[in-house]
Amino acid sequence: MSTMVLAETQMNFPTLDYVGLAPLMIVFGVAFLGILLEALVPKAYRYIVQLALAAGGLLAALVMIIPNVGDHRPALVTGDGSRVDSIVIDGPGLFLMGTILVLGLVSILLIAERRVASGGAFVAQAAVPVGSRADVDQARKEGLTEVFPLTMFAIGGMMLFCVAGDLLTLFIALEAFSLPLYMLCGLARRKRLLSQEAAMKYFLLGAFASAFFIYGVALLYGYAGSVQLVDINAAVAASGNSQVLLLAGLGLLAVALLFKAAAVPFHVWTPDVYTGAPTPITALMAACTKVAAFGGLLRVFNVAFANSGNPDGTSLAWDWEPIMITVAIATMVVGSILAVTQTDIKRLLAYSSIANAGYLLVGVIALGQALGATLFYLVAYGFTVLAAFAVVTLVRDSAGEATHLSRWAGLAKRSPRFALIFTLLMLAFAGIPLTSGFAAKFAVFSSALEAGQTGLVIVGVLSSVILAFPYLKVVVLLWLQQPVDDAPSVSLPGPMTGAAVALGVIATVLLGVAPQFLLNIVEGAGQFLAQ
Amino acid sequence: MHPVIPYVLACLLFGVGVYGVLVRRNAVMMLAAVELMLGAVNLLLITADVAPLHGDSGHTGQTFALFVIVIAAAEVGVGLALVLKLYRLRGSIDTDGIDTEGPVERSVSMSDRAGEAP
Repeated sequence: MSTMVLAETQMNFPTLDYVGLAPLMIVFGVAFLGILLEALVPKAYRYIVQLALAAGGLLAALVMIIPNVGDHRPALVTGDGSRVDSIVIDGPGLFLMGTILVLGLVSILLIAERRVASGGAFVAQAAVPVGSRADVDQARKEGLTEVFPLTMFAIGGMMLFCVAGDLLTLFIALEAFSLPLYMLCGLARRKRLLSQEAAMKYFLLGAFASAFFIYGVALLYGYAGSVQLVDINAAVAASGNSQVLLLAGLGLLAVALLFKAAAVPFHVWTPDVYTGAPTPITALMAACTKVAAFGGLLRVFNVAFANSGNPDGTSLAWDWEPIMITVAIATMVVGSILAVTQTDIKRLLAYSSIANAGYLLVGVIALGQALGATLFYLVAYGFTVLAAFAVVTLVRDSAGEATHLSRWAGLAKRSPRFALIFTLLMLAFAGIPLTSGFAAKFAVFSSALEAGQTGLVIVGVLSSVILAFPYLKVVVLLWLQQPVDDAPSVSLPGPMTGAAVALGVIATVLLGVAPQFLLNIVEGAGQFLAQ
Repeated sequence: MHPVIPYVLACLLFGVGVYGVLVRRNAVMMLAAVELMLGAVNLLLITADVAPLHGDSGHTGQTFALFVIVIAAAEVGVGLALVLKLYRLRGSIDTDGIDTEGPVERSVSMSDRAGEAP
């Protein structure tokens, strides 16, 4: 019956807003071009061509975001006026895309770094088994350059995730940025076994979570008759049907989104994957994936399950708030408590990333009022964590990166500038005033208080206090303890890592001392498009 | 046929898939369980199209099912590439004892526990 209807219906092709779609088209276009060039360009020139293409593409996409500022419309509009909400250009979406582009640019700098570790952080031939003769041969070659197109696909998928107005596009974007990340995690040059295990773990758990996501989407489609977020909200308002499908769909969707955001019952992958992946990819994941995951969470919860700042709209918040509050409290508490006992710096930063996901969840739960503050927190946290992982790549010994904290003791004696920078970053994570961490936490917590989430804010402040302990422990370790006998050395950063660290540190200090500039921008971004 | 039947069947298939992912040690069997979950979702989407709760039957569910099939294929491609790496490394695809200490002796055949019930 429906196939007959399909044959008779006219196809209404929507008009495309090319200016609005330009950033996405540029990033995906550069990714495809990168794959072509990978096959065509001779090996000697591949690195420089791919790097120029990737950096140029990200800059061009960033420039193309500017003409869209101030717009508030879906990017595809059909001729007969019905909504096609696949891609929505609104203030918060544009801001999130811009954030991902800037953080992605800094990550590309880290990925392209080849001076700190000879040959770069990536393996030369990924398919070669570890420990074989071929493995020894390939260890002398330069790292592979396919990482650039893979990263561009990941960044493009993340951008699409933030502006997707219906669940189908959201699912496609989720897979588009997850699949390259699974591959990228397995491409480390040193400690290949750990890296491949991390990739395997991330893939299995990520595929599991994606299946939950799409089951939730199918249930929501069954409830609402449409996959567009706006229509789901309308169905919540208008429908008198039993809400079992709706709540089950919401729950399963939340499971997958919280998995990507590293919230507590679904955080198990984070420490192992962050530790095993090559450090530039860990930086990309910690910064950009966090922004994308929370962008998706914010959009889905604000537009579909709450009223997105519109006082006449229907909000389902009474139903999902208790569970999300429990998840946020568990995330903040578990993240900070488990971070206290860590002995590996990458694992410590992974648990800190989990705890910060908890603070961001406070911003998500407080809905429309805390939207600007959550966006500010994402930017501040992204820059700080990128700089932190960039600094971690510099501490090396003959076996590669030395990430065990006991070996970091007393490094300030020989490398005071490195220790100073890392101290600043640790203080920013701990939320000491005059750093971006403090401004971000203050913004999120004060907006959450205004929205009535007093309990969450109290737990947040207490867990911040607990979380400050491991950071300050690292600072004391750097400055006040005696260096060990086989201490690693802190390499001089190449120009790219140096630029990444400098940008991160400048952003951390600037956003801490003068946050008003960015706060005005995020407040001006307004709410998600929901009409 | 009452429309609840496919919904319940999809639920059962999804449940079997979840059980498979949680219990199986063999990496390829875990991938197969994920595929089972995605198949259950396809069934659900198509049923929602044919027998909707309210409104006319739509086309979105069927289109979405096509997208899911494509993405499942892509995912399994990436997944099998990773499993192949694991196999080349260890000679077995048992996920219960991934060793990260150093190169291990590689046996020629797949783990002979591949078909063992948990």
